[in-house]
Amino acid sequence: MDEISESKIIGVATRRIDGPLKVSGAAMYASDHSFPGLLYAWPVCATIAKGSVARLDTAEAGKMTGVAAIYHRANIGNLYRVPPAAGFSLIIDEKRPPFEDDVIRYYGQYIAVVVANTVEQARAAAERVKVTYNREKPDADSKMTGSPLTTDKPDEKSKRGDTAAALRSAKVKVDNVYSIPAETHNPIELHASVAVYDGQKFTLYETSQAVVNHRDVLAQVLGVPPEQVQVITRFLGSGFGGKLWPWPQSALAAACARNLNRPVKLVVSRQMMFQTVGHRPAIEQRIQLAAEPDGKLTALQQDYVNHTSILDDYDEGCGEVTPFMYSTPNLLVTGGLARRNVGNPTAMRGPGAVPGLFALESGMDELAVSLKMDPVQLRLNNEPEIDESLRIPFSSRHMKECLTTGAEKFGWANRTPEVGSMRRDGLTLGWGVAACSWLAARTEAEASVELRQDGTARVACGTQDIGGGTYTILAQIVSHETGIPVSKINVVLGDSALPSGPISGGSWVTASVTPAVLDAARNARKTLLLAAVKSDNSPFKGKKPDDLEFVDAMVRLKGQAQSAVPMSEILRIAKVSSVSGAGKSQGTFGAAKPEFSFHSYGAQFAEVTWQSEIARLRVSRVVTVIDAGRIINPRPAQNQIEGAVVMGVGMALFEETIYDSRSGAPINNNLADYVMAVNADTPQIDVTFLDYPDYKLNPLGVRGVGEIGLAGVAAAITSAVYHATGIRVRDLPVRIEDLLPMAKMSIA
Amino acid sequence: MELFQLVTAQTVSDAVKAQAQSATAQNGADIRFIAGGTNLVDYMKLNVERPRQLVDINRLPLDKIERSSDGGLKIGALARNADVAQDPIVKEQYAVLSQALLSGASPQLRNMATTAGNLLQKTRCVYYRDTASACNKRQPGSGCSAIGGYNRPLAILGTSDHCIATNPSDQNVALMALEAVVHIEGSNGQRAVPISEFYLLPGSTPERETVLQPGDLVTHITLLKPVAGTKSGYLKLRDRASYEFALASAAIVMKKDGDRISYVRVAMGGVGTRPWRASEAEKMLLGRSATEANFRTAAEAALHGAKPQSQNGFKVELAKRCLVHTMGQVSQIA
Repeated sequence: MDEISESKIIGVATRRIDGPLKVSGAAMYASDHSFPGLLYAWPVCATIAKGSVARLDTAEAGKMTGVAAIYHRANIGNLYRVPPAAGFSLIIDEKRPPFEDDVIRYYGQYIAVVVANTVEQARAAAERVKVTYNREKPDADSKMTGSPLTTDKPDEKSKRGDTAAALRSAKVKVDNVYSIPAETHNPIELHASVAVYDGQKFTLYETSQAVVNHRDVLAQVLGVPPEQVQVITRFLGSGFGGKLWPWPQSALAAACARNLNRPVKLVVSRQMMFQTVGHRPAIEQRIQLAAEPDGKLTALQQDYVNHTSILDDYDEGCGEVTPFMYSTPNLLVTGGLARRNVGNPTAMRGPGAVPGLFALESGMDELAVSLKMDPVQLRLNNEPEIDESLRIPFSSRHMKECLTTGAEKFGWANRTPEVGSMRRDGLTLGWGVAACSWLAARTEAEASVELRQDGTARVACGTQDIGGGTYTILAQIVSHETGIPVSKINVVLGDSALPSGPISGGSWVTASVTPAVLDAARNARKTLLLAAVKSDNSPFKGKKPDDLEFVDAMVRLKGQAQSAVPMSEILRIAKVSSVSGAGKSQGTFGAAKPEFSFHSYGAQFAEVTWQSEIARLRVSRVVTVIDAGRIINPRPAQNQIEGAVVMGVGMALFEETIYDSRSGAPINNNLADYVMAVNADTPQIDVTFLDYPDYKLNPLGVRGVGEIGLAGVAAAITSAVYHATGIRVRDLPVRIEDLLPMAKMSIA
Repeated sequence: MELFQLVTAQTVSDAVKAQAQSATAQNGADIRFIAGGTNLVDYMKLNVERPRQLVDINRLPLDKIERSSDGGLKIGALARNADVAQDPIVKEQYAVLSQALLSGASPQLRNMATTAGNLLQKTRCVYYRDTASACNKRQPGSGCSAIGGYNRPLAILGTSDHCIATNPSDQNVALMALEAVVHIEGSNGQRAVPISEFYLLPGSTPERETVLQPGDLVTHITLLKPVAGTKSGYLKLRDRASYEFALASAAIVMKKDGDRISYVRVAMGGVGTRPWRASEAEKMLLGRSATEANFRTAAEAALHGAKPQSQNGFKVELAKRCLVHTMGQVSQIA
């Protein structure tokens, strides 16, 4: 496909077409769905983290008002595991289906599920199910150092040169360990499943970032062909990665519906959100950097360990961007997993790169301090020419410009490097910087476009809009290709029955799906032109399709505006309601021999204010410059980066899932005790997109912006904290007690 | 949540009679008054509170904020936190109360929450919330999971081996500094309890938090006419900038004659098992000059008996800084 550079609509700030539906309450989220005869399910959750169920007594609960059934291992029916598969198919984080055995491996694991006429009845009865446990002492320790790994030794993830030797002979070296606590996804929309079973087919209304995978997984779990499962997710109240792969509540709702032959709704409570639907794991990373006195890196080693669950191996992949961030002849990244009695971790916005860059970029800042070198300059000095890990060129990399543009917008030249040396309005200022990166990729995608006699178009794809603006972008693409205004384009997403679309993850939906939509729109246009030349009474009857063009929603002879006939008129003459085109595009992900190294880049500049007399730390200002290819819709794109920056403030200063070491319970399991950034914590945010199209990735030159805005933010903030206070916090989040000059007491 | 019966009280005596049937007015009460419901309903959903009957008192005529005959202020039990915070007299003469209320919760919650409800606000200790955990306050004799557990937000003053739960309220800290009086109507008539005597220390009975007996309905609180020339202020320290309970807070009422402190009241929040009046600090300040050194000495005295847990030792220093800073701010109000 040719590069598309000029457009009246692509790159133009466009209001979300789904906005009015959302603000008026008309948008139907999964748990909004209701059907005649609907029953409500409420799970019984384990209140131990390790052991087994000795006895389950449902007698009292079963007699309670409104209770239709109580299911557990003995009566839930067949639920199967999912077979191994390659690529992005049949992915599930927790491979064990619910109720498979009586062993408890994490706190909150589902033991039984009550189905009743109302949600209140179901919940009340679930609380009356009596569980007797064989209790064992759980391990939910958040410290990774010294823990046995799942493998004999850590995996080598990337390697070049002789890192050990280079570190030994280093002239300047930093060597520190950084940690990130478990973080819990807290989208406002709770996970939910509404399962409808008609005796043969399951229709599942889900909170899914991947309806096609969800269908395929649930078909396996339920033991039915994929045609007998349809998964629908029209709107998501976000997911942040937590809704990528199916969690056990989906199988439970479907199994209950099958058993009772009635629709069943299961909404996961906020407390359960901390237990059974994934989290970013606790991670420890050791970063070793060696450099010449002029700042040239000579070695980089990153060793990370993240916790995972007892049955599943979730690898956070913290070294994802490390191998190509900087030029260095010697590099080693290793990773290991440590088992804990926790629910399985999963991807959280920017998995791998976000925690990885917190450690790497903190290390770079510490190196800059050791070298007495400006941290921006240190990064500029180590800019690679090519991807040194794969020895291939970058498709489009403007890291230096991100740093220099950001420095200029931030006013970095006014920074004085001495700790505590900058003040404003009685507050101490700290300024910090971090570079960042995130992968760019395409996965396979299919789409269809229909041009209709009423002058509208319909574009359909089995992807979904996580809230980032996919609906609007697809309308823009079809509008670009047909001239039909965005307001007359109906975008249909979030249904596994539609042409197979990509997951809403990896920041690759836009890059993946837009070529397929372009292809579909062009195929629809071909059919339209065919109708124009073949239909009786058409003014173009007898012409060749090649003589015609489709401009501004009108068919005309090439270059002859006066010959134009509206699309709707052509279709009326042809006596058809519509013409359609199917589109398809290939993936680049996981190519055996990639030609280019595809990534997005960015720079984060953060300002904190520090008021030592009351130990008050606030993030006051963030400047972020993003090189993410061409931006199709600047409005939601900016929104993505701003939201990610706020999430970064939370990651740096507030967020931590606290597992009680005795019970293994994630004990701060609500929105008051799990502290996230609120509006009042939102700094002034200045977002700049460099907007260089990456035509090597796709014809529109787009990459994606869903995750990169979070990468680097925490390191920029902790570096700013160091600049303000002289205290280097390597264990997130930065807490008030870290900044008070007194001995930190350990957890009992 | 358990099934419960909802009855509506038309008169104060109806309400008193209804709740007097309860075995206790403390934790575990089987009959509860409900007003704003912002705290109670939350805990009922979690099965922490399991009343069999709720007595709706929203129709009682207890929502006024009015001058009392002695020049003080009478605040009805049902006056909403938002209304009290924005009341012109409160803002001008009892600034510490307005500031404390506005630092708490969110606008939506403040619109619902009432004065008496806030007075009786439950702790935010995570183990109190979690019925799977041991908690002597929720289930007497079961133990205290917070000791040796996640106790970072919990108390360092007034704790016992049975309970270290913090009183989470901001309003009540201001009321301590203002020496509010709690007016109660009960089965045996009306009585007035100074707020300093209203709250109990946990001791070995942390389920008992106040002096309230079955049937006792808080009808209003009164504040004395402010001592001429006093200034007041509230400062709340927490992790994020809004919508979080205090790690430490300070309520200060102060009057200076020249440079000498001639009247001072000091209270703290976020650090005590009850809203904490720091009389020791007041003694250190009275008659002394308003200097940072004296404020620091007073703050040291206020935290003298602090007994930190495994995770909250930082609160000792944080509370001191909170006091020193607030004393400094209030002493400089023109």
